[in-house]
Order: sequence, then C-alpha cells, then structure tokens
Amino acid sequence: MRVMYLVKSNHPGPPSPELGEAIQKLTAREVKAGRLLDQGGLMPISMGAEIRITDGKLNLIDGPFVEAKEVVGGFAVFELRDKEEAIAMATEFMQLHRDLMPGWYGTCEIRFFATPPHSPAQHL
Amino acid sequence: MSDTHRAILAVWRIEQPRLITSLARMLRDVPLAEDLTQESLLAALEHWPATGIPEKPGAWLMATAKRKALDHLRRGKMLMRKHALVAHELEQHEQTAPDLDSALDDDIGDEMLRLIFTACHPRLPRESRAALALRMICGLTTAEIARAFLLPEPTIAQRITRAKRTLSESGLGYETPRGPELSQRLSSVLEVVYLIFNEGYSAARGDELLRHELCDEALRMGRALTAVAPHEPEAHGLLALMELNASRAAARTDAAGDPILLADQDRMLWDQLQIRRGLQALARADELGGMAGFYVLQAAIIACHARAASFAETNWPHIASLYGHLMTLSPSPVIELNRAVAVGMAEGAGAALTIVDRLTQEPALKRYYLLFSVRGDLLQRLGRMEEARADFLAAAQLTANRRERDLLERRALRCITPAGTAATGG
Repeated sequence: MRVMYLVKSNHPGPPSPELGEAIQKLTAREVKAGRLLDQGGLMPISMGAEIRITDGKLNLIDGPFVEAKEVVGGFAVFELRDKEEAIAMATEFMQLHRDLMPGWYGTCEIRFFATPPHSPAQHL
Repeated sequence: MSDTHRAILAVWRIEQPRLITSLARMLRDVPLAEDLTQESLLAALEHWPATGIPEKPGAWLMATAKRKALDHLRRGKMLMRKHALVAHELEQHEQTAPDLDSALDDDIGDEMLRLIFTACHPRLPRESRAALALRMICGLTTAEIARAFLLPEPTIAQRITRAKRTLSESGLGYETPRGPELSQRLSSVLEVVYLIFNEGYSAARGDELLRHELCDEALRMGRALTAVAPHEPEAHGLLALMELNASRAAARTDAAGDPILLADQDRMLWDQLQIRRGLQALARADELGGMAGFYVLQAAIIACHARAASFAETNWPHIASLYGHLMTLSPSPVIELNRAVAVGMAEGAGAALTIVDRLTQEPALKRYYLLFSVRGDLLQRLGRMEEARADFLAAAQLTANRRERDLLERRALRCITPAGTAATGG
C-alpha cells in the first residue's frame, strides 16, 4: 500500500547536522530497499502563501504568518506492505529526531493513499 | 496472527535487509546469514510480547543477530575454514559493545547486490530462485510465499532448504560478480524478478489481491536492483516495464472484476507517480545506451501507451517498429502476434491479418487463445462476421480464465449481425 508521511512541527529552525545526516542515511537505506518512492523537504510557510475561503470569499494570505499550529515541513511517499510496517517506519524516523535533536517536537502523520484496491489483471 | 505478532514482523521486515547484509559480511555466507536473521526474528517474537517493542528495535535486532553470528563463529568450524577473514572482525566486535547509534552506518549497497545475485544464482532452478529471492530479499515468510504461489507450504520450504544447501555446498554462498560477469549474471536475476511480477500481474487464479502483492515485491526488488547496480540498462529497463505495467492496475478491471481492454480503460485511473518513475527508469536506460535491450524495448512499447492521452492518439507505427526490433532480438510467435496487433492499428486490419494468418501455422500457437482473439478482432473489423465469431468462440474455449471467457463469448455474440456492428480495437 502507498503511504504518505507528513512531518509537522512548529519548532523553529532547520534540523541539526546530526539529524540531517541520519535522515540521509535512512533515505539511502530505504531507496536501496526499494521502499521509498519520493520525498522532499518544504521551505518555511513564511516563504509560501495560502489561499483560503472564508465566508464564501477567496482570500490570499501572503504572510506574515503568526504560526502557533504545526505546519508541514516535509513529506515522504513509501510503498509498504501493511499498516504495521508504516507505523514501524515512522517510529524509527521519529526516534532519530528524539535522539539527535533533543528539544524538537512535532508529529509524523501517516496517511494511506485513496487508490482503488489492487485488481486482477489481463493481457492486452 | 496477533497484533503484537504483526507489529514485530513489520519492524523485523524493515530491518531485515540490513540485518542479513551485515551478517553476510561477518559470516561470508549468505544462506547462513539468512538463517540467523530468521533466528533474530524468533528471538524478538519470544521476548517482545512481554517487554514491549524496544525503543530502538533495529539496534536490538542487530545486536541479537550479531551475537548469534559470533556464537556461530566461535563454535568453530567456520573459524577454522575462514579464520584469516573473520578473526579480525571477531576481535573488533568483542572489543566494542554494539554501538546502538551507529546502527544506520552500515552501507548495505554492496552486500545487497551480493544478496540479490546469490538468491538468483543461475545454478538454482528458476522456481527456487523465485522463492529464495522472496525470502532473502523481501523477508517474506515461507507461508506467505506458499500462499502467493498457490503451493503447499512444505513444497516451498523444501525448495528454499534445497536451494540454500546447493549454494552452501558448492561454495557459491558469498560471491559478488563484478564488471562483465555482473552483466552476464544479471539476466538470471532479471528473469526471476520478472517471473515474480508476472505471477502477480497475470493472476488468473487464486486470491487475486494477495497475488497482486507479488507485483509489489517484484517492484521493490527492481528498485533495489537499480539502486545497487545503477549502470545496468536492462535493470532499469525491467523496472520501467514493471512500473509502467503496474501503473494501469486500477484501470484494468471493472467493479465486478471483469477485464477492461486497453482501448476502453479510463486513463485517469492510471497511476501518474508510477508512470513518471517508469519513464525515468526508461530514460536512464537510454542514457546508458541500452535501448536495444530485451526489457528496455518492451518498456519502450508500454511507454508509448503511457504517454498517449487517449487510445486514438497512440503512436502505433512506433510500437510496430519496436516489436520489429524485439522480433529481431528474440524471435517468438507471441511477439510477432503483438506486432500484428500494432500493425493492425498503424496500417489497418488487412495488413495485420496477413501476419496473423502466417502465425496460425505455428505449432506453439495452436492452442493460444490470444491468437484467435486477435484474429477474430481483425476479421470483425474487416466485416467478415461469421469467421470472426468462430474465432472468438475458439478463443473462449481455449482460455482458462472465466472472465476472459465471458468477454470473448460476448464479443462472439455481437458478431451475429454483419450490418451496423461497431468495430473495436483489441
């Protein structure tokens, strides 16, 4: 099943060099294991913008953002066997944060793609 | 299987590639490394239900597996035979307690390559290679492999045991082909990965959902292979072929599970991420100068479909010419039949029928339902309804797949009235 991980935090600043290095190693391992399909980090929300509908009107919010809530900082797409595997993978990823960037807080959201169930196949 | 059991198996599977490759390096014996990796799973299944899954399960499993490997080495025989190689490593392990934080430091690339080539050794029968690959590379249990191949568990267990014994006894349990040898041995790896993929992709029987998981396992192996052998165009070609074929999975059957022909598929259901990955792999094969390879050519054909916004916009002349190249490279009546389909779309049903009529003489296709299905389609398009009907019915009788049979019988029925029958592509 295809899984998207959304890493959310409002912790300021980039990952520590140790964490960055560990994540790179994890990424390399997962590419070699054939499980990681896509991943990326996102620039801070202050550099982006939002289009929001409020009271039926479109509003462009182009900063400044006073963020109290957690925002998505990165994502990854994996192809995994089951929910247990998805949880184990995220747990390992978050444990790295705990070990290598003390004081960091945040959430790794585990979401499954809403693709139709696999179907049997025919040639031609 | 309990929830805890499943959770433990999941953790173990994530760590399995790194466990087996690290142990293989210590022991210089891939089959033995696989045994001990399994033992670390058993240890986890024994301890974790009581203690809970440890904070760093990967480090726990690695420490356990390495301890088992050290025990094994100490027990002697191995040490006698390979003492020069292992003594140094043994010393190092004994001096330093396992460093839990450096668990990610082992580069598994080279060992992964060795693992894949060992599991798919040409000395082993094809079926054994497939079972061993699913076990050693993907970490599937014997029971899961048996279910996927619709075979009794003891049959699979026996295949795996025999294959591992063959490897160990002939001293093939730890070798890495390099350079030209790697390219040579690659075909026996690609063949196995493709066999596993097709077992799931063309599932005509059994638990279809479970069997589709074989496609996912094959894709995982294909991706792993291109990551550890990045300079092999055919590895990229096979990956492209599998990604592009799998991208259509959701569009290939309707809600009742009946097949939908390519011409009628809703292309919005094709998986764009997978198509992108497939086209990237194909481009990589091209950069490596591999466009004339067996898998690359097939991937290039499927890529024509993936790139076409609609069936009508498909580049049929290009597909026909790619099948022509494939015929030169690896002559086969089945490939020629596929070429005929493409020619039929590019130049018309008449030109295709000439090819297909030649193929009816082929002994290998005497009972091949697709030959009759394709011929029926061409005759229908030429308005020769009686003959078309006969061919559809012949095809229906020859297929083992119930849904395919229903579809062919429906097509035969539509051939009764010559006038006003819409021709559809096959």
